[in-house]
Formats: sequence, C-alpha cells, structure tokens
Amino acid sequence: MPDTHNITPENGDVLLLVGTMKGAFLFRSPKGRRSWEMGGPYFPGSAVYAMGYDARAGRHRIWAGPNSMHWGGLLRSSDDFGQSWTNPEEANVKFPEGTDAALKQIWQIVPGREEEPDALYCGVEPAALFVSHDAGQSWSLSKPLWDHPQRARWEPGGGGLCLHTILLDPTDSYRIRIAVSTGGMYVTDDAGTTWRPSNQGVRAEFLPEKYPEFGQCVHKVVQAKGQPDRMYLQNHWGLYRSDDRGESWSDIANGVPSDFGFAMAVHPQDADCAFIIPLESDGFRCTPEGKLRVYRTRDAGKTWQAMTKGLPQEGAYETVLRDAMTVDSLDPAGVYFGTRNGKLFGSADEGKSWMGLADGLPAIVSVRAAVISLPEKLQ
Amino acid sequence: MSVLSLLFVIPGPLRELAGNRDEVRIDGEARSVSEALSLLFATCPGVRDRVVTELGEVRPHVNIFVDGESIRYTGGTGAPVRDGAEILILPALSGG
Repeated sequence: MPDTHNITPENGDVLLLVGTMKGAFLFRSPKGRRSWEMGGPYFPGSAVYAMGYDARAGRHRIWAGPNSMHWGGLLRSSDDFGQSWTNPEEANVKFPEGTDAALKQIWQIVPGREEEPDALYCGVEPAALFVSHDAGQSWSLSKPLWDHPQRARWEPGGGGLCLHTILLDPTDSYRIRIAVSTGGMYVTDDAGTTWRPSNQGVRAEFLPEKYPEFGQCVHKVVQAKGQPDRMYLQNHWGLYRSDDRGESWSDIANGVPSDFGFAMAVHPQDADCAFIIPLESDGFRCTPEGKLRVYRTRDAGKTWQAMTKGLPQEGAYETVLRDAMTVDSLDPAGVYFGTRNGKLFGSADEGKSWMGLADGLPAIVSVRAAVISLPEKLQ
Repeated sequence: MSVLSLLFVIPGPLRELAGNRDEVRIDGEARSVSEALSLLFATCPGVRDRVVTELGEVRPHVNIFVDGESIRYTGGTGAPVRDGAEILILPALSGG
C-alpha cells in the first residue's frame, strides 16, 4: 500500500476533501488559496463517493464513505485531519432485516442543521436515506421513503440507483428535499414521516411522458444559503431554477453549449450566482469541443458566461461528475472541481481564473470544501 | 451434532478486526460453511460485515476456500465442513 502523507491544517485554512475511485485525499491552503498541500491517500483502493466536514459543536470531523470492492462500504470519520480514522466493527450504514436490500455505495454525507448538532444524513445506493441522531454512532433507514409506493418504479442510471442529494431546509426544520437518479426529487414537510414527489417543470427526455410526476433523472440540486427559496437543478438534459423552494422549476439553459451535465454549485453569498460544467450529449459525456469551461451566471440563469482562464481549451475531453464541484464560504468565493481524469482545479476569485491543484489523481468523484475554525485548545 | 475443530485463515485487511490474528482456531458445532462462518463471526464480530452482506450472502468479490477448494464449486455456503477443515477467506482477483 502507498505511504500516506498527513497534513495539519491551521485555523483559517481552506480544506478540500477529495474523494476518488481509489481513495481519498485532503488539500489545505492558507486563506489566499494560492498554495496547496496534499494529504493522502486515505483508504487506498476504495472508492470514496461521499465526504463531508462537520464543524458543529466544536468538532473538526471529516466523514468519508469508503467502499471496498472486496469488503463493502461504511462510514468512517477522523478528528485529526486524516491521521487516524474510525473503523467500526459493525458496518454503521446497513439495510435492516426485512428490506431485502444490501448497501452498494454511500453517495452522500450531510451534517444536520446547526440546531441539531448530532444529526447526520446519508444517501446511499440502492436509493435510500439514512439518519443518525447521535453524531454518527448509529444510523437508521428512513422507512417512509423506503416504503414509498413509487420507489418500485425508480430505475438506476449509469451510476446506479442512488440517492445523491440531501437538502436540509435552513429555515424549516421539518423540510428535507432529496434527489434520486432515477426517480426525481421528493420532499418531506414533516421531518420524514411522509414524502411526496416534487418535480413540476422538470423534463424526462427518456420517458414517453416528458413531464411526469416522478421518474426524472435529476443529477444535482443546490440551494442558496441566504435565500433558501432559490434553487438550481442540473438535470439529465435540462438546467433549471426554482424561486419557490423547489415546488416548481423554470428552464434556464440560456446560451450554454449543452444543458446536459452533472456538477453544479451555488455561490455562498449571492443567490443569483451559480456554476455548472456542461457536458456534450448523453452518449459522450465529455466537455464540448474539447474545452474545459465552467459556466457562471450572475443573474440567476438569464445569461451564462464561460470561465476559462487557466483551464485547458484544447484536447480537454473531461467529465466532471455530480459531486465533484463545490464552493467554499469565503469572500470572494473559492470554486473547486475535479475530473474523471484526476485533475483538480480551483479558483480563488469566483471562477475568473483557475489553477491546477493536482493532476494525476485517480478518477475524482467528490469534492467538498471547508474553512477551518479550530477550537481554542487545538490551535 | 459433533464438535468440529476449524481453522480460519484471515486475510491481511481483516486481521485488525480479528484481534490482529492471521489465523483463528475455533472448536464448535457446524454442519456447513454457513454455520462455520457463524462461529467465526461470533468470535470476531467485526469480520462479519466485511465478508457477507446484510442479506447474509458472501460478498461477490470475496472467495472462501475450504480445504483448498472454492465453495463456489462445492455448494456455496451450504457445503459441508469436516473436522479439522481449513477455511481460507481471500479477496478475489478484481479491480482495475
């Protein structure tokens, strides 16, 4: 196994959590985000589709969902920036008896709201939601969603039948929106007791009925932090905005080279600003014309601009997957993405210019960012 | 059912979950590979979820050999075990 290099982030550093098909990596940089140090690989050989950072209640805990082709998957966490990881004897995310299901992949790990510091949410394949109320010690399946009568008609996309997006409404603690490929979006208004499909205006190009109640192949949904009514959605063909917290969606594919893609991020302070990386067609799924372009809107999708400074514009047939783009919380915002060819890029100026942070990593499937704020005793 | 003496050979990635042992010898009652594995899992509970899924099926990229023969060709986990059997758990050739 490869040697692992560890990093020691300091207060104020930006930390990137990078999940790949063959392990996880950490990157740290001072606030200027011009000089990056890489840590890892962690879990070499395991696919890490999901990573998350929990800074609530004085924690500085990294979560990862490594999945070994041989030994299966589970959630592991580190409180020392990757120097050591939990390795629970019993797999912590597992389907209970009676479901006739077995975990294939952990796709998403999301810390709960600030007012529920011990809550965590986890999306998996086969598509299901797990919840923990004890900071990840134990997990339980959301049975109402699992038992939803429409679940039998959800179908796997290219990546499998996965629950990949979990949006916790910041102002309504009973409301959670999830997205499934391929099943569409579902929302609960009663903290998970009941779930209803919520896909109004979202197209399903691959079905006879183009605007069904459910069954869309939603690739990613993001919600603006300071303006939760505003959401953006990258669909399997289709680029959308919602101004009513996801109840209805309008097409905003205005001037982009393709409305197909996976990755999407919203600016941490400006709800009118979002980032996408369009991909060509359904069959090819690479950046159009061999140009790696991040498209940014500053007007909520009325117009989009190609942000290319520092990105390869010739022979760059890249694919950026649904969880492989993110933003940090700084001003100006940092934007980061990784490709299936193992290239990691970052922008410290909201996409105006880009720099390569790594080249030659295993295929990147997940990128998350955090700004480190350590408890006093650890500084 | 008589008591059998069984030797389990633990692969490197799972040794930490078996008390840092590469071999675990267990005396117990077992008629089949499935029952033999249950004895191992009772002794080393951390090994269970790495070797079998929630459905109790051996993971697709894990191979189990009893006395040198893969159980895929001898009846799966229902295959019989004998007193003194050596049960080898190995990761299958896979990856890319």
